[in-house]
Amino acid sequence: MSNEERFDVIVVGAGLAGNTAAYLMAKAGLEVLVIERAETIGGKNVTGGRMYSHSLEKIFPDFAKEAPVERKITKERISFMTGDTATTVEYAADKLGEQGKATYSICRGHFDPWLAGKAEEAGAMYVTGIRVDEVLLQDGKVVGVIAGGEEMFADVVLLADGVNSLLAQQLGMKKELDPHEVAVGVKEIIRLGEEKINDRFGAASSEEGTAWLFAGDVSGGNVGGGFLYTNKDSLSLGIVTTIADIGRVDLAPRDMLERLKAHPTVAPLIKGGETIEYAAHLVTEGGYNMIPTLYRDNVLVAGDAAALVMNLGFTIRGMDLVIESGRLAAETIIAAKEAGDYSAATLSKYKTALDNSFVMKDMKHFSKMPKFIENHRIFEQYPGMMDEIMSELFIMYGQEPVKFKKKAMTAVKKVGIMNLLKDGMNGLGAM
Amino acid sequence: MAMSIDDKLGLNRFRADKSYPHITVNQSFTDVKEIERVVMACPAKLYSYENGVIGFNHEGCLECGTCRVLSGGKVVETWNHPQGGMGVEFRHG
Ligand SMILES: Cc1cc2nc3c(=O)[nH]c(=O)nc-3n(C[C@H](O)[C@H](O)[C@H](O)COP(=O)(O)OP(=O)(O)OC[C@H]3O[C@@H](n4cnc5c(N)ncnc54)[C@H](O)[C@@H]3O)c2cc1C
Ligand code: SF4
Repeated sequence: MSNEERFDVIVVGAGLAGNTAAYLMAKAGLEVLVIERAETIGGKNVTGGRMYSHSLEKIFPDFAKEAPVERKITKERISFMTGDTATTVEYAADKLGEQGKATYSICRGHFDPWLAGKAEEAGAMYVTGIRVDEVLLQDGKVVGVIAGGEEMFADVVLLADGVNSLLAQQLGMKKELDPHEVAVGVKEIIRLGEEKINDRFGAASSEEGTAWLFAGDVSGGNVGGGFLYTNKDSLSLGIVTTIADIGRVDLAPRDMLERLKAHPTVAPLIKGGETIEYAAHLVTEGGYNMIPTLYRDNVLVAGDAAALVMNLGFTIRGMDLVIESGRLAAETIIAAKEAGDYSAATLSKYKTALDNSFVMKDMKHFSKMPKFIENHRIFEQYPGMMDEIMSELFIMYGQEPVKFKKKAMTAVKKVGIMNLLKDGMNGLGAM
Repeated sequence: MAMSIDDKLGLNRFRADKSYPHITVNQSFTDVKEIERVVMACPAKLYSYENGVIGFNHEGCLECGTCRVLSGGKVVETWNHPQGGMGVEFRHG
């Protein structure tokens, strides 16, 4: 690539945020270069597995008909586990799958190439297998990037380089991640075959999927939990646990996954399955309070790089937020191109647009959630309490009758009524 | 039998870059507790600690960043993404 070549915009990272932005900007006629360090698009990307579809629907109505989604989630389960018991809540409803509100299990290795293909069709140029080494500055001003040893120039750079955004750190827009605000996810893809999945998870067809979260024993009392999503012919099975907690109990994150696989609730579901991939990836969970600087002269930050992820305990939501941030970054850059002005003053519209969108509204709304979730009682004591209450309710062996209320209270007292009330109130407050 | 981490890593596609270790460790770092935390943290089990020596092999790295976030500037001296096209390549993610 010659030095004279100059793009309107260089996008770093062909993830969901980068590809979304690239598509919209190319469609609006901008000259877009996307640089991705993976050899194949999606090759570095990992998610849990479930995408809330609403933000992508705005751009590609009905995308699931065409895009490589795995299954539409029609069944939600949450289990509170001790070592050998599980108390499971299931919510199954057709309305979970309503057009525009539906959520889909996806695998990024399948999905991201599709989205990038859309951007390419719209005219965006992609180079893969090239790492952006640093953002190129001249007189302190962002003028492009250095990638694979070459200088490349653009009016504006969009950093969509994910959770480990070394580039936003290079510019001082973002601090190093705080171990209290980041979790590591460890995950296996287990191939099971469509039919077995349908049978074991009660799916009427290969279109219907289950999302399942596990709290308690899995993380050994550390902040964290397990997840399972049914894909078309495989399962995404993994754990997420806060980095600051590592070493708090004698259980490595990689072993939490084995513990989950061996649990009597999970073991029969994966029996006969074949693990075909092993992955790990970070997920930010600090919420609203860890969002970095989002724009400067000639540069914007979007997606995970901007920490636009919510860990709500019962679910992780990042994909719909990062897609929306890609869209709003694109709109801002398109307007800046029209005005011929890429100064911070113009690019600040990105922040305003985010503030007015569901992204910041939701993140603000749930801003107390990270603190609430950091409470170890939720992971250490409540699953045991659930177990005691349930076993009292369901296990009969001719024992002397004791009033259920009394039995339940015994279990509750172990946690402490005040703690229970306090956590209950805090939990409601965080919602 | 639970699968070993080596078995699991063996399922992944890697392009090893022998000439460029994208992560380096600080051998003069001596806080044993901290070192043991890093050994425990790495999902790919690439760190070890024996006879006062920190073992580390960057091949097999899942590029998650856990070791850097936990111990950057301590056990972990430098951390970067591998060169373009190198390292792990997930087919499913
Ligand atoms: C275990 C786990 C479970 C999750 N579960 C869910 C879930 O169920 N639902 C949900 O909505 N969200 C979930 N999330 C969050 C969600 O996956 C992320 O928010 C989302 O993937 C972020 O997309 P992105 O485009 O911002 O970043 P990424 O997908 O990380 O894309 C960044 C891209 O930039 C590239 N890149 C980075 N640095 C460079 C460089 N220097 N040069 C060139 N290219 C570079 C990378 O290779 C990558 O392709 C989960 C995350 C994890 C880790
Ligand atoms: S980046 Fe992740 S996989 Fe690689 S060495 Fe560090 S902790 Fe291990």
